[in-house]
Formats: sequence, C-alpha cells, structure tokens
Amino acid sequence: MISRRTALKGSSAAALGAATAAPAIHGAAAQARRETLLLISENPPNSTDIHGVGANRPAYEASWNLYDRLMTFGVKKDQNGVDHYDYTRLEPELAESWNLTQTSVTFKLRRDATFHDGTPVTAEDVKWSFDRAVSVGGFPTFQMRAGSLEKPEQFVVVDRHTFRVDFLRADKLTMPDLAVPVPAIYNSGLAKRNATAADPWAMEWLRANPAAGGAFRLERWVPGQEMVFARFDDWKSGRRPALARVIWRIVPQAGNRRALLERGDADISFDLPPKDFQELAAARRLKIVGTPVENAMQYIGMNVTKPPFNDVRVRQAIAYAIPYQRIMDQVTFGTAVPLFGGPAQPADATWPQPSPYVTDLDKAKALLAEAGYPNGFETTFSFDLGLASLNEPISVLVAESLARLGIRVTINKIPGANWRNELLKKEMPLITNTFGGWLNFPDYFFFWAYHGQNAVFNTMSYQNAEMDALIDRSRFTRNEAEYAEAIKGFVSIAFRDVPRIPLFQPKLMVAMRDSIDGYRYWFHRQLDYRVLSKG
Amino acid sequence: MLGLLARRLAAALPTLAGVVVVTFVMTRALPGDPAAYFAGPAATREAVEEIRRQLGLDQPLWVQFGRYLADLARGDLGVSITTGQPVLSDIAQRLPASAELTLLGLLIAAGFGIPMGVAAALRPNSWVDHLCRVVATAGVSLPTFFTGLLLVYVFYYLLGWAPAPLGRLDAFSSPPPHVTGFHLIDSALAGDGETFLAAAAQLVLPALTLGIFALAPIARMTRGAMLAVMSSDFIRAARASGLAGRTIVIRYALRNALLPVVTTLGMVLSFLLGANVLVEKVFAWPGIGSYAVEALIASDYVPVQGFVMTMAALYVALNLLIDLAYQAIDPRVRIEA
Repeated sequence: MISRRTALKGSSAAALGAATAAPAIHGAAAQARRETLLLISENPPNSTDIHGVGANRPAYEASWNLYDRLMTFGVKKDQNGVDHYDYTRLEPELAESWNLTQTSVTFKLRRDATFHDGTPVTAEDVKWSFDRAVSVGGFPTFQMRAGSLEKPEQFVVVDRHTFRVDFLRADKLTMPDLAVPVPAIYNSGLAKRNATAADPWAMEWLRANPAAGGAFRLERWVPGQEMVFARFDDWKSGRRPALARVIWRIVPQAGNRRALLERGDADISFDLPPKDFQELAAARRLKIVGTPVENAMQYIGMNVTKPPFNDVRVRQAIAYAIPYQRIMDQVTFGTAVPLFGGPAQPADATWPQPSPYVTDLDKAKALLAEAGYPNGFETTFSFDLGLASLNEPISVLVAESLARLGIRVTINKIPGANWRNELLKKEMPLITNTFGGWLNFPDYFFFWAYHGQNAVFNTMSYQNAEMDALIDRSRFTRNEAEYAEAIKGFVSIAFRDVPRIPLFQPKLMVAMRDSIDGYRYWFHRQLDYRVLSKG
Repeated sequence: MLGLLARRLAAALPTLAGVVVVTFVMTRALPGDPAAYFAGPAATREAVEEIRRQLGLDQPLWVQFGRYLADLARGDLGVSITTGQPVLSDIAQRLPASAELTLLGLLIAAGFGIPMGVAAALRPNSWVDHLCRVVATAGVSLPTFFTGLLLVYVFYYLLGWAPAPLGRLDAFSSPPPHVTGFHLIDSALAGDGETFLAAAAQLVLPALTLGIFALAPIARMTRGAMLAVMSSDFIRAARASGLAGRTIVIRYALRNALLPVVTTLGMVLSFLLGANVLVEKVFAWPGIGSYAVEALIASDYVPVQGFVMTMAALYVALNLLIDLAYQAIDPRVRIEA
C-alpha cells in the first residue's frame, strides 16, 4: 500500500538517483490520494463484529464493508436522482442464486469466493454465522427474530456450496431480513480457532479481528481515532470497488468537520449540524445530499395511561398546539419532510404520512376546556440529551406554545446513557423522540410503535384492540387490497387517537466534495464504500 | 533517598485504596444504566437483562467489588465497552498522547510565563507589569476550546498555515515505531524526519492553546515570588556587595523564587493532563481526558475507574517528583514522609 509518506520517501530517493524520475513518482502519490477516501465522523466504531455486545452504529458500517451477506438489495434512483437502495429487489452477493418455495429457500454459493485469508467460503461458514446470530442474544438475535429466523435447526448445510433456510412460518420479512447487516458471513474456521471454552462464539476475538470476506480488509484500527480499510482485490461478490483505501478519522468537533470538508482535507461526512448543511447547500461549495429516512419519524409522545393524557381530547388539543412550521424552520433547517397538514383521512397505504393536524390554538383551547382543563395543567417534557441539537429547540418551542394554553411545562433533559432506561419504565408523561425501522413496511413500524404488545418503542403505552387486529391482519395477509385497507385503517386510528404526534420525517444528510461520486442511501444509514468513487 | 522513596510510596497506598473505593461507589451511584445503553436501539426488557447478566451487573455490589479487586490485583483494569479494548492498553496508548501535548504546552507556558513574571517583578507597576497582567488575564479567562477554535479558524481555515486538526498525525502519515509513545521522540529515534515534522506540525496549535491557558498561573506566581525575594535582605546584601544585576536576578533571586513556581508547575501539569478534554475535543486529540468523558457519557464504568486510578497514581508520582525537585532546588528542604 502506498501511503503519502512512503511515496514521498520513494520520490526523494528517486530524486537523488535520477532527477527525471521524480514526477512519475509524484504522479503515483497523487493516484494513491485519488483512490483514497478520507471519511470523518463524530463517533468511532467500537467493534468490527455486528453481533458483539453493544456494537454501535459506526460498527455497523465497519461490518457492512468488511463482511458479505448472502444477498443484497438492488438500487434505484430517488426523486432527486440519487442512488437509493431498492427494498423490493434482492440481488446476489455471496449467493449466486436462490430458489424460494413456500417452506424454505435454498442458496447456491459462489464457488470461487474466498475470505480475506484465502479460505474458500462454504455452506458450513454460512451455517456457523447464522447459528451465531440467533444464539448470542441481544441485538443480532432480536433482528433475526424479526424475520422469523429463530433456531439453528432452520439452517441446513445441503452440500459444500448449497445452503437452505427452513421457514418457521410464512413471513414476508424473512427474505429482506437476510440482506440486512446482521446475517453477515464469518470465516468459521478462523473464528473457531480463536474461540475459547468460555467464549465459544469468539465474541472477544472477533471484536477487533474481522474473519470476513467482504470488499474491504481491515488494515488498521486505532480505537477511538481511526479505522483504515484496504480493498480486497480477490473479492468476487460484486463489481471491484473504485476506492483502493478508506481512512476513517474521528473528529469530535462539528465546526472542524465542516472546516475540513470546506478546505478539501476530508472527503465526506454525515455528521454536521442541520444549519451547516443548509448553509453549505446554499453556498454550493460541497455536494449535499438529503434523503428522507424511510419508515422513521420525530414525534411527540404522550403517556396514555395517566391523566391528563389518558383523555383523547387533551391529546388532540396538544396536537393542535404544536408550532409545526416553526419547528421545520428553526430546528430542522429544511433537513426534514413535514408530517402535518395532511388530508383528514389517509390518502394511501404509505408510512410515514402527514397527519391531519395543523397549528390551531383556538381549537386546542376549546378541546382542552371540553376535557375539563380550561386553565391548563402542569406536566414534564422529557428528551434525550444525546440528540440535544434537535430535541432541545423542539422542546423549547413546544413548551412556549403550550404555555399559551395555560399548560406549564418543565423541561427534563435526560442524559443519553439513561434515556433508554427511562423509556423502558414508561412513566414519562410527555416526550419527544425519534424512531425508525430498518425494514420499510408500515406494519413493521406499527407492530413496534403502536401495537398492544407494548414494546419499548410504544413509548405511549398505547393499547387498542381494534388497532392490534388491523396490525396483525396486515402482517400476515397475502391479499394486497386487504393489506392496503388494514394500513389505512390503523393509520387513521393513529391520527384519531393521536397517542403520538408526528412532527417530521428526518432526512439523512451527507456532505461530500464535488469529486465524490456514487453515494448510495442505505436503510442502515451508513456509508457503502464499495460504490463510492473519487473523480 | 531510597528510604524516603519507599516511605512516600507506602504513604500513598491508603490514598490509592480510598480512590479505588470511592470511584467504584461513585460510578455505580451515577444515573444511567449501562445495560440499557449497550443493549442497543432495539432492546426489549429481556434483552437488557441478558446484557446486564453478561456484564455481571446483576450481581450484588459487594460481589462486583470483589471481582474488581481481584482483577485489579492481577493488573487487569477490565475491558471498555465503548472502544472494545482492554482499558490498560487504551490508557497506555492515550496517556503518552496527553502527556506529549501537556508537557509541550507547559514548556511553552513556562518558557513565556517565567520570563514574563520576572520582567514584571523587576519593574512593578510599569508598562511591562501591566502588559504581563493583561496577557495572563486574557489567557486564563478565554476558555481553552475558544482559544483552540480561534486558532484553528485563523491558522487552518483562513490562512492554511497549520495542518488539518486531525489528531496526532495527518491521515496519510503512519505513526513511528512505538518506543515511548511520544511521537516526537519515537520518530527522532527512528531517524524519520518527515514523521517528526508531521507530528510537530500537528502539535503546534493544541500546545499553544494549552500554553496560553497555563501561562497565567505561572507568570503570576513567578511575579509574586520574585517580588518577595527581590525585597529580601540577602538580595539587598548582594546589591550592596556590587554584584552584577544579571547574577543577582538569575542566580540568587530566581533560584529562591522557584520553589512556589515548581509547585505551581506540578499543579498545572497534573490538572492539565486530565482536564484538557476541551482541547482534545477541538483537535481530535486521542488523549486520556476525552477518553474518560466519552466513557462517562456512555456510563461505561470500567474505563472511568481505570482513568481515575491512573490519575491518582500519576498525582502521587508527580507530588513525589516535586518534593524531590524541592530538595534539588533548596538544600534546606528536608522532606519527611
């Protein structure tokens, strides 16, 4: 690998020998720089193993680029002409082809694919990887279960290059769930050699030592500082990446990230404040791409188990009192899609879609009086300090607006480490929060966020038998008309009972230098190095 | 001398033991639940309990403490969940980064602060004195992150003189072979001039930021001590004997005034080492302060405990060093344990 340092050393040596040789070497250094992507982010990955305990979102990106899956999603253009993964199309990655039946799917693996250490990829490796995902507990097991992938017995090695998944039940999420980052394929031989009796799945070792076969190898990892990837030239599962090297540096200070991009020292970053994105887009100095995050929304949730929010009229009053447009203008700076002021009844079977609510303080006052709170009440508005740049101004604007109804709001800032714990307790009366699902199905969102099973994401503790019936019907029906009817049904209940007030659908923003091409939006909201190139 | 060392180290043991207990209790008393945090975005209650069990946090506190002590006795500080690495290796890697930066910052501060203090003390209430006071006050009242951002804005963003604030080395240099962990020393040992220059270039702005901040206590302390010494009898006697002004100031006055200055230097050093988190954040410096803060935000107990332990040990060592320096500077000082 040619780093600038070695290249320059080479050039000075060459200059001593023959002065004419120097320009050529400088050309090689420039070439190396052109094939190297410098990516900067706020938070470092804490693992290269997505199955690891506490693997964070940056770790998903490391795993995505280091490992292969059996299948991947296709690509389409969104309205702005940006590459967008296509969840309706599954394409081969490590598997060349597959045969899907009612009860199982059989994959044919590529015969020439190897891991980074040269070991051929076999069906045994796939089985070991899937067994691991459903056995280790925590996030990977949970994500596999979302696609009805629950037991090692479901994963069958037919022969060296044929692998079968037996279905527990008909579940439309099973196939897409095999193309998310979790079912990555590990080099089982290498992993087993580094497993111990206490740690049979080599969790400890795989954290920092990828046993992978994806398009990029891990060249160097200095935790908390940088991760360096080099292209794996024998990669067979897709087109050879244009980038030879990716250097991922952690820059904690937002202003410096912007300065680095503007000066051209860094190539790409997701992590800028909304206002910076707006300014940079206006100045046209960098390429700014914003893609609405599928199946995600920022919302205001009300705890329906306790007064005053157990009264639907109070919840509707709040929904009419939210300063929606001010939030769009002063908080998101155009990096979001509004989710208010929609038609009275859901127009189509999509999600998220705008609620029928708009800011109307007179209506809010009337509803509040009708509910028996003509002079308002006192309540607490809580948010996650970890996402303070959005949450804090939202809470201030909402509190200001509610004060006009006589509702006295105390703002409660909860440190990021404690937020999830507070959510699990389900005691906060009024919150703002964000939620998004990897798999882009309205029923998937509602199953986690509105269903009476009362999962942690149902932060309002909302329970309604009528809605549950519609959600359950939509999850398992194969009739498209019935599916659309069920979705419209539960969306309209969600707007009528309004336990959560949709605010906006966030956009995934990314800033890159003009020379960067091929950026693709992924549901996991991380960067795919394989498709990027530098002009 | 050896006896003194042994006695001093023995006296430090109760302090360290106290630190162990207090950090253990304090980290547990903090709000925040590491299990819920690390269970990830999609955790159910069962998933959180599962993680709690894996982390050993379901055990009673005294069992956790016992395990912690047993690990500590083996020199094992545990594994950080945020970085995924053993805390000991994290600290071993980050402490030299902080130390290199802090020492250089202190060198800058002392290099400017001591002459400034001496000059101010020689002409009290003159323009030199006032200038010294203004500079020192401005330096200490500007928050370090502000000074840092200002320097980055002017020297990197506007002028382009300084390299990108990307930590200890720019993205295309690789670190020198590890000997001391100090990039300047290691690259010099390896005879690698280019890496030395790259590392030095990265150091300039953050070290300057720290230096500006640390200037004030050093300059003020030097001035005060020098004023006291300059008005003392032996200086008057030296003057009366017709000694050259230079000899009086440097050999007699400054040497006697150094005692409180050395104390201040030690205090400033140990303070900066752990507390320059903001400078580390601005310059993406992989130091020990930002490490501890990141762990704290994630309620990752283990690195926080390791950090406090390390800082306590360093503090003890540093105080010992300062006491020894006292003896070297002033033979009248006799230190008892």
